Amino acid sequence: MNNVFVYCELEGTTVAEVSQELLTKGRKLANTLGVQLEAVAAGAGITGKVESQILPYGVDRLHIFDAQGLSPYTSLPHTALMVNLFKEEQPQICLMGADVVGRDLGPRVSSALHSGLTADCTALEIGEHDDKKAGKHYENLLYQIRPAFGGNIVATIVNPENRPQMATVRSGVMKAEVLDPNYKGEVVVHDVAKYVPETEYVVKVIDRHVEKAKNNLKGASIVIAGGYGMGSKEGFDMLYELAHELHAEVGGSRAAVDAGFCDHDLQIGQTGVTVRPKVYIACGISGAIQHIAGMKESGIIISVNSDPNAPINAIADYVINGTVEEVVPKLIKYYKQNSK
Amino acid sequence: MGLKIIVLAKQVPDTRNVGPDAMTPEGTVNRSALPAIFNPEDLNALEQALRLKDANPGSTVTVITMGPPRAAEVIRESLYRGADGGYLLTDRAFAGADTLATSYALATAIRKIGVPDVILGGRQAIDGDTAQVGPQVAQKLGLPQVTYVEEILKCADGKMTVKRHIDGGVETVEAPLPLVLTVNGSAAPCRPRNAKLVMKYKRAMVPMEMPAEGLAYADDYEKKPYLTLGQLTTADVDADLAQCGLSGSPTKVKAVQNIVFKAKESKVLTAADADVEGLIQELLANHTIG
Repeated sequence: MNNVFVYCELEGTTVAEVSQELLTKGRKLANTLGVQLEAVAAGAGITGKVESQILPYGVDRLHIFDAQGLSPYTSLPHTALMVNLFKEEQPQICLMGADVVGRDLGPRVSSALHSGLTADCTALEIGEHDDKKAGKHYENLLYQIRPAFGGNIVATIVNPENRPQMATVRSGVMKAEVLDPNYKGEVVVHDVAKYVPETEYVVKVIDRHVEKAKNNLKGASIVIAGGYGMGSKEGFDMLYELAHELHAEVGGSRAAVDAGFCDHDLQIGQTGVTVRPKVYIACGISGAIQHIAGMKESGIIISVNSDPNAPINAIADYVINGTVEEVVPKLIKYYKQNSK
Repeated sequence: MGLKIIVLAKQVPDTRNVGPDAMTPEGTVNRSALPAIFNPEDLNALEQALRLKDANPGSTVTVITMGPPRAAEVIRESLYRGADGGYLLTDRAFAGADTLATSYALATAIRKIGVPDVILGGRQAIDGDTAQVGPQVAQKLGLPQVTYVEEILKCADGKMTVKRHIDGGVETVEAPLPLVLTVNGSAAPCRPRNAKLVMKYKRAMVPMEMPAEGLAYADDYEKKPYLTLGQLTTADVDADLAQCGLSGSPTKVKAVQNIVFKAKESKVLTAADADVEGLIQELLANHTIG
């Protein structure tokens, strides 16, 4: 009872990386609280296939829901099994990935349980809280920390009274680390019909195309990111050229994505991908907090910007004061000349 | 056969164009420095609603928004584009609501007005980026939901076929009506204002926007009932005050910080050839690149 729960997202029988990242974080939170870590996996034909992808992260109990109607994911059956399981288990914390599935499921579950949910957290901590108005003191609350208001401020959110305390976290924000490859956790295979009434299977997936990610932004050792300062979709071409030379991946800021300069799946930042490359080259990016949240742990940060006061320059190791049109071609030219 | 369609829309501060005066010295948001706009993805939702209306003669599109009286602008903007009417949900007791209390208020209003065939909203609002209110409204009304919608492909025989965006791909789903849809920003953009509709509705107001005395064109409001927009308070929708606003919100803001990044010792270079080449040589020499 009152344990930490992580909802494990599946594509077929493969556990999503974001879920393994959250299991790692969940283990740490459970240790701080002195409770157990439990995981939920729901899909079709998953028994015997997902355990080894989940238990090694230090999961004490894995709840498996295995039935044909549970894959691919649809909102209602997954909500029903989570809500009914949580009514029995009374978790104090529940974590989910902040991707399409988690952001579809999380709010529905929180609404049904009347519990608070914070989206797209960038840090999770345990701490105390004083409600001065009510004169109440709370121990061991989950601090749900996230940039807010377009990334101009960072807010710490707590749910003092309602349980579970729910939070979603984007892929790549936390780090996945196997605790013990032979970690012994209990596996409970539930009778799905007891948790999900037949009436919940009303939405049918009639067609589905999932492609492997076209880019490898998350795993790239060098990332070249373009911002609104690139000026146009064509402006991005020189970034691809530089990326080709450096064997790097290209990403973009939210402003560049919104302006249509690059694809949505290239967005780096709180509501996009979080990257930790060895080298991060920011081209024409001013550096809103929401962007910096997604790249600040990069090894070496190089900022190319015509504005010497761009906020991103403050966290850069190298600042090149100049226009991207002038500097990027020079980077390409001198890399070619010197690397041979 | 016509459909009853409700669009949930929000007036938001334009967080995409944040200037240096967006934050007060105390670290709170200076709302007056940010223009109030129609939440962009709610416009995508409105377009899907108007297309449904075009394809199903006899349909009506009603817009619901929650906010202060000036948020009625969202209703007017919707009327200019082809919506048929709207309600402003406004009450001090709604203030300070998190997503759960917001969805409670909206769901309560929808029940009062009558649960329609389709409820549409944007995937998320740019001031919070949570994407929670749509699914929470669906849950509170006991309706199925389809999120991240790109396009409505078909609507017939009490069922809808919808294309939606998923991580790394697309999915086509079939769901029964009544249904809640949240529409992605990559869906079709909203049509522009129609000049005739602007003329028709430009004086439309909610009662709270009207002056107590000396209402200009008072005759017009008597002759044209559509110029008086719907206005709902907590009492009008029989809302349980304990579930509204700040007191109905499980999440509390513990702290808000302006983030100041610790400045690194940056090496500042110019765009001159020597500087750029020097940097490349330095990075190659210490095997950072190459």
